[in-house]
Amino acid sequence: MLPNEIFDKLKIEFGEEIISLNEDPGYEPSIKVEPTNLVDIMLFLRDEEGLEFDYPSCLSGVDLGANLGVVYNLYSMKRAHKITIKVEVPKEAPDVPSCELVWRSFDWHEREAYDLLGINFVGHHNLTRILLPDDWEGHPLRKDYVQPDYFHGMKVPY
Amino acid sequence: MGLLDRLDNPYDVGDNIFLGTVEDVLNWGRSKSDWYMTFGLACCAIEFMAVNAAHFDFMRFGCIPRPSPRQTDFIIISGTVTLKMAERIKRLYEQMAEPKYVISMGSCSNSGGPYWENGYHVLKGVDRIIPVDVYIPGCPPRPEAFMDGMVQLQSKINHQAIFRKRKEMRPEDIAAIDQRQIELKKLRAEYEAYRIEHLDLTGVDNVAK
Amino acid sequence: MSEIRDVAIDLGNVHTEHMKLNVGPQHPSTHGVLRLMVELEGEIVVDVVPHIGYLHRCFEKVCEQNTYTQIVPYVDRMDYVNSMNNELPYVIGVEKLLGITVSERIEAIRVICAELDRIASHEIAVATFGMDAGAFTPFLYLFRDREKILWVLEKLSGSRLLYNYIRIGGLMRDVYPTFKDDLRDIIKTVRETNAEINNLLNDNKIFVERCANIGILPPDVAINYGASGPMLRASGVRHDLRRVDPYSIYNKLDFEVCVGTGTMGTVGDSWDRNWVRMLEMEQSLRIIEQAMEMITDSSEDVRAGIPKRIAPKGELYSRAENPKGELGFYIVGDGKAKPQRVKGRSPCYVNLSIIPEISKGYMFADLIIILGSIDIVLGEIDR
Repeated sequence: MLPNEIFDKLKIEFGEEIISLNEDPGYEPSIKVEPTNLVDIMLFLRDEEGLEFDYPSCLSGVDLGANLGVVYNLYSMKRAHKITIKVEVPKEAPDVPSCELVWRSFDWHEREAYDLLGINFVGHHNLTRILLPDDWEGHPLRKDYVQPDYFHGMKVPY
Repeated sequence: MGLLDRLDNPYDVGDNIFLGTVEDVLNWGRSKSDWYMTFGLACCAIEFMAVNAAHFDFMRFGCIPRPSPRQTDFIIISGTVTLKMAERIKRLYEQMAEPKYVISMGSCSNSGGPYWENGYHVLKGVDRIIPVDVYIPGCPPRPEAFMDGMVQLQSKINHQAIFRKRKEMRPEDIAAIDQRQIELKKLRAEYEAYRIEHLDLTGVDNVAK
Repeated sequence: MSEIRDVAIDLGNVHTEHMKLNVGPQHPSTHGVLRLMVELEGEIVVDVVPHIGYLHRCFEKVCEQNTYTQIVPYVDRMDYVNSMNNELPYVIGVEKLLGITVSERIEAIRVICAELDRIASHEIAVATFGMDAGAFTPFLYLFRDREKILWVLEKLSGSRLLYNYIRIGGLMRDVYPTFKDDLRDIIKTVRETNAEINNLLNDNKIFVERCANIGILPPDVAINYGASGPMLRASGVRHDLRRVDPYSIYNKLDFEVCVGTGTMGTVGDSWDRNWVRMLEMEQSLRIIEQAMEMITDSSEDVRAGIPKRIAPKGELYSRAENPKGELGFYIVGDGKAKPQRVKGRSPCYVNLSIIPEISKGYMFADLIIILGSIDIVLGEIDR
């Protein structure tokens, strides 16, 4: 199924919550959606006949300056097509519904995005730091992050 | 024509006897049977596994892997030391029994390596938390480089002084040792007296007290 | 002769409680600095919680501070036992963003390098898995063979283990004259040794007893968890990115996608995962044999296509079949010399997250077998 067909199908089902389809050259086709009803959209993508995105490829958090973005790369093994879903949330309140129950793979991916970018996945059963120590301060992949001078008495910069 | 005959002639000691200090013999033994900790961190650990395997055969140095830090003589920091891991490495080092040695393998544990600038979670050199005896450069070091590092460590152990020379000591050290000897003698005498006093000699005849 | 008698023991009042056991981060069986918090009831595993991040080397932050060419060595250090396979998806991704293609000869050299490193990686996987099960001899045999592969790649790239050989738009340098002879030598050696390993390890009764029916992963769970590579294929799912989403010249090559069939136990058990790796080594040899024919003697300059300025604008998710599974790079470029974001989707990271699912109810010694059969590399998990 082509990206514009997927977009049309989503638009019919969810209407206003599906914002736009990006098919610029150089960019992989991606659909931007509102975060409010994300879990239903994902369930629709997974279960609807003809879409059947059963394989979760990747989840990436992105720092977009004023906003934080989450990018979901999905793939369908049955239909052999793929799509990118994008969500944007403001940095002050980075709340995104958790999709860990749709695809269990996103459990650790969401924890990683929380750890490195500080995106708050609402409804995640165990949203704790996964790579960095528990008492680490800040989220390193944000563009305005400054390295700490000391951590537990160890000097961090060279 | 026995051994004693040969000993009488100091100029003909034969093949089976060598003259040297106790320290030399001990150091010779220590340097040729170092046990290391099976402990790998990152890329360098794969090269270290290659050193262990058939082609390079690390065991010919007399090195045997020990999983427990209590039984090991030296530890190889083979890879990037992160801040989360640094505290564990320090703990492992403290768990090892003296005398203990550290080989820092690869650029990462020497100085942070490729992560020296932007690695917010990388310790820039393991020597910031534990003392290092041998540094091996390379990213990762070749097995040959690692074996050279091992030879360096052996020669370091070979030239180490186990017993501190009395004439090289400071006067206050000597005074402290003498004082300690006197204390020990006193303690031993007290214990001996206590033991003899409480010795149960019933049923035993003619025991020399 | 003493008589065996039944002794009635009243277990009604015996108080039992779960024991928490900490495995790692320094443990010979965790394949690196992984830490597992295991909850045990007697010897039975009730729960496993993996703690990772002991090798978090800030790969993604480093990428944002370096140019596209400078990132390649860092990509090498992600999965350090098969660097060539790491370079491939990253370089292909950047080439797609730039819109450049390379000649078939260069692609053939890349594929040969990637497949050689795939064999080397699987050899380490099988060797360490054998060590986990208590077999030391396969380790020595397989590392001897791996040494041969490393020599060839060292002759090619100038460095051992971490090569930095595949460049954006080309290669670091051309192959040396006796390259094909060396490849034939490797193919012969690996085939011989693998036959020996089958006798020594895979058909060994002790090994089969320890691995068969242990850590069974059903296909639907595997897909939902996003498992990939031998882990997914051992569950019977015929999914190989070299076949379903071909990149480089894989669509011109003839090879089979090997799946687990439950020869010794159930489909998707630890033995199957190991066996799929053994089968894949043979397929890699076949790929190398075919790709060898594509390397013609030509005076082509493999560095000619390397662009002077690399500053792409766009974003994509580039993925390739790593020995461990689907390695993907989500690259966002904003027209500057340094990327805005590079995210590595590492297969081991996803595969490891399944371990609580498949290890519950087994003995503690089986947990080590399950962990060994997943074939993790911590450099890639923690990045």
